[in-house]
Amino acid sequence: MAFEVEEIYETASMILRQNLDIRTTTLGLNLKDCIDSDFRIFRQKVYDKVCINAARLIAESSRLERKYGIPVVNKRIAVTPVSLIMETHCNPERFLEMARSLDAAARDAGVDFIGGFGALVQKGLTSSDHMLIDVLPDVLSQTERICSFLNVGSFVSGLNLDAVNLIGPMLKQTAARSENAVGCAKFVVFVNAPEDNPFMAGAFHGVGEGDAALNIGISGPGVVRSIVEQNRECDLTQLSEVIKKTVFKITRAGELIGRELAAALGVGFGIVDISLASTTARGDSVAGVIEAFGIEKIGAHGSTLAIALLMNAVKKGGAMASGNVGGLSGTFIPISEDTGMIEAVCAGALGLDKLEALTAVCSVGLDMFAVPGDTPEETLNAIIADELAIGVINNKTTGVRVIPVPGKKAGDLVEFGGLLGTAPVMHVNPFSARNFLKRGGRLPASVTSMRN
Amino acid sequence: MEDKKELVFITVIGEDRKGIVAAISTYLYNQNINIVDINQRIMADGFFVMSMMVDVCDAAESMDDLSFGLKKIGDGLAMSVQVQHENIFRMMHRI
Repeated sequence: MAFEVEEIYETASMILRQNLDIRTTTLGLNLKDCIDSDFRIFRQKVYDKVCINAARLIAESSRLERKYGIPVVNKRIAVTPVSLIMETHCNPERFLEMARSLDAAARDAGVDFIGGFGALVQKGLTSSDHMLIDVLPDVLSQTERICSFLNVGSFVSGLNLDAVNLIGPMLKQTAARSENAVGCAKFVVFVNAPEDNPFMAGAFHGVGEGDAALNIGISGPGVVRSIVEQNRECDLTQLSEVIKKTVFKITRAGELIGRELAAALGVGFGIVDISLASTTARGDSVAGVIEAFGIEKIGAHGSTLAIALLMNAVKKGGAMASGNVGGLSGTFIPISEDTGMIEAVCAGALGLDKLEALTAVCSVGLDMFAVPGDTPEETLNAIIADELAIGVINNKTTGVRVIPVPGKKAGDLVEFGGLLGTAPVMHVNPFSARNFLKRGGRLPASVTSMRN
Repeated sequence: MEDKKELVFITVIGEDRKGIVAAISTYLYNQNINIVDINQRIMADGFFVMSMMVDVCDAAESMDDLSFGLKKIGDGLAMSVQVQHENIFRMMHRI
């Protein structure tokens, strides 16, 4: 036989028992060609483009899912940052109408999330960017499927603190207008945001992209945990090697689906993003991988080293498996979507300070965590600014998805339901950075960014 | 003839019992599907695994229907059945 039974069994086990899946096939669409001076025509063009392409994406993804026996969990659309295409229609009603059109297109085509309702404001804000932020509380609370992002800094631009200072108030308003503040779960603020990230809430179709690009997100913390459990005695170098080999294999599955899907859709194949992304399914936990390394609970001292080892091995294995590894590629450590992370917070093993330290070596940042509803706006901004400073200075993507839940105190549990899971409300440092943050302006870029 | 082949792997996993090969191969015969190779083993974790490489180029039904039909047989035998085009194994296990 062309393959050993062991090889066939390994692949089948990854899918059947260890929750290996193609986490998302995300089709990026350029909407700049839809712009029209007649706003009614503009909206219709956007609706039609999203609907037609999303329907094809779903049909072809489902066909490959059956051909290869591997689940494609989410099929999604990412669009050109909406603030860019709205420059000449800059009023709040029209922003809301555009949001409703995108939401309706996603709903009618059967896509659960559509990303890109955001802006690139790493150096400054246009009127359209300001307007977009102003309407976000309405958009995030009144639409179902729209995801939003802001990129507020980069390695070469520094950090736009004026933009950060707009986020705390926006989040508080969003929280007040949506049940359990769940609208905030659809917004992420980044620095160094990748233009080809297939994962929500931060996916958008970058301005350097072509008319369309297909990006694949592949996951598999359960697969990595299983291989770690089978290698209890090996040292760190050997552990890294076995993770690399396993990640190589799962990334190849993503590469296969991506190539075939892009060809079937007649669009360019963008990237494979190999990111260990937890779900609340049993065993599908990044914290579970760290605990299989030999750490009692994630958050214990030693966890940063463990995440560093995991990240490095995942990236190296992925890089060898695909011609175009991109997006965020590494490891997500959301709180509410990972049962091991939830347990660690509830047990007192993991707090916000240690979580921030872990994000210095993980691939994204502070993700899907809840804080008390009475956390001051400036403290939300300070949490965000701290996290983003790590990204700006270290030339990596960092992001924050924080949910201030009205009426909840540290230690309470908030149920978001579905993919978003359950968040224990985390303790926030009560001391204030108000007078520092109100200085505003821009954190200058790192000296190491001056390479020209 | 070689070009015409469309190879698919059927993997049956569970506890060893009588009639597994018979049930699957009878179904395949009725669908005009040729079995190219077959292997079975008890794995280190105690599971019985049967892997069958079949050529579906003359199959009487689509891959969806084949997958559905075999999974139904698997349910009757309390076994899990995976049906996967060979390319996924080629990508994952061969460089």
